[in-house]
Amino acid sequence: MCTYLTEKLAITGSGKGPNGWMGVTEATVYVDHAVHAQFTHTLNIDFRNPELGPSARIALELTEESALALADAIHAALGAAPAGLTSVNQS
Amino acid sequence: MSDALRAETVTITGHNGDEIEAYLARPLDTAPFGSVVVIHHMPGYDEATKEMVRKFAANGYAALCPNLYSRVAPGASPDDAAAAARAQGGVADDQVVGDVDGAATYLRALEGANGKIGVIGHCSGGRQTFLSAVTLQIDAAVDCYGAAVVYGTPKDFPITMPALIDKAPNLSCPVLGLFGKEDKFPTPEEVTVLDEELTKLGKEHEFHSYDGAGHSFFSVDRPSYRVEAAVDGWQKIFAFYGKHLAG
Repeated sequence: MCTYLTEKLAITGSGKGPNGWMGVTEATVYVDHAVHAQFTHTLNIDFRNPELGPSARIALELTEESALALADAIHAALGAAPAGLTSVNQS
Repeated sequence: MSDALRAETVTITGHNGDEIEAYLARPLDTAPFGSVVVIHHMPGYDEATKEMVRKFAANGYAALCPNLYSRVAPGASPDDAAAAARAQGGVADDQVVGDVDGAATYLRALEGANGKIGVIGHCSGGRQTFLSAVTLQIDAAVDCYGAAVVYGTPKDFPITMPALIDKAPNLSCPVLGLFGKEDKFPTPEEVTVLDEELTKLGKEHEFHSYDGAGHSFFSVDRPSYRVEAAVDGWQKIFAFYGKHLAG
């Protein structure tokens, strides 16, 4: 199934895509068919920079176990660092 | 009839007069021939969809798949284009209908065309096939596990796909529906509701639901591929088009 549900958020940071490093400004998160991962459905994350065109994209296709573990790991890594250290408003 | 065909990317006039990319395949020595508009699935105008276009040509039909993401991501790879389209909230129904209409017009004008038009789509393309069949004058529609036809998408979804079942009285052609009993989108219950509604309206249709098959059972490049359902489904598609697009 395609859920059609797309979580979309503005983000600030950089990623390394097919043409090297670029700023990423938008992320979309959704469950859909995988293009490459050998599973019928995956949790997909696209990090994008629409100003640079549709090919400015870093794509992930993860199993739900992987995606949830990744989310936990992000929380753990940030939780172990002083609050605000990586904030957009860091001093 | 031999299996000789010609396949190529062409430019067609779509919704609002926009020039869009499309993939065309046509038989070289079969005339007159019926034609099929192939609506690609949400993951885009990809290799597997183009293979279906060629399969129709190898079986004596002209087939044309408009790239529904031409406007949002011209020249991008299919997966990047699909991601860009998704991020913009998908493609509006009016635009899809306009592009399918443009594809049908292009096919009718091909030398050797008999003027009859079929439409086929899978997944979101299945819904868009039903949408085309209740909006345009076509001759035969094949809906492969089209979702959101009966109930639409929930209100809190960023992509709005309204239900289409209320438009069923406008259906312009016979419908072949191919579904998997293990699919959740559409569920077997939704398939039954649609089947009963078309029966009630006296609309010619035949629905088949396959055991052991879920969503995307036609996708040869996905783990969801189910050979028995797909082989039987293709036979039913060609029998259906043979009946309604011939002559």
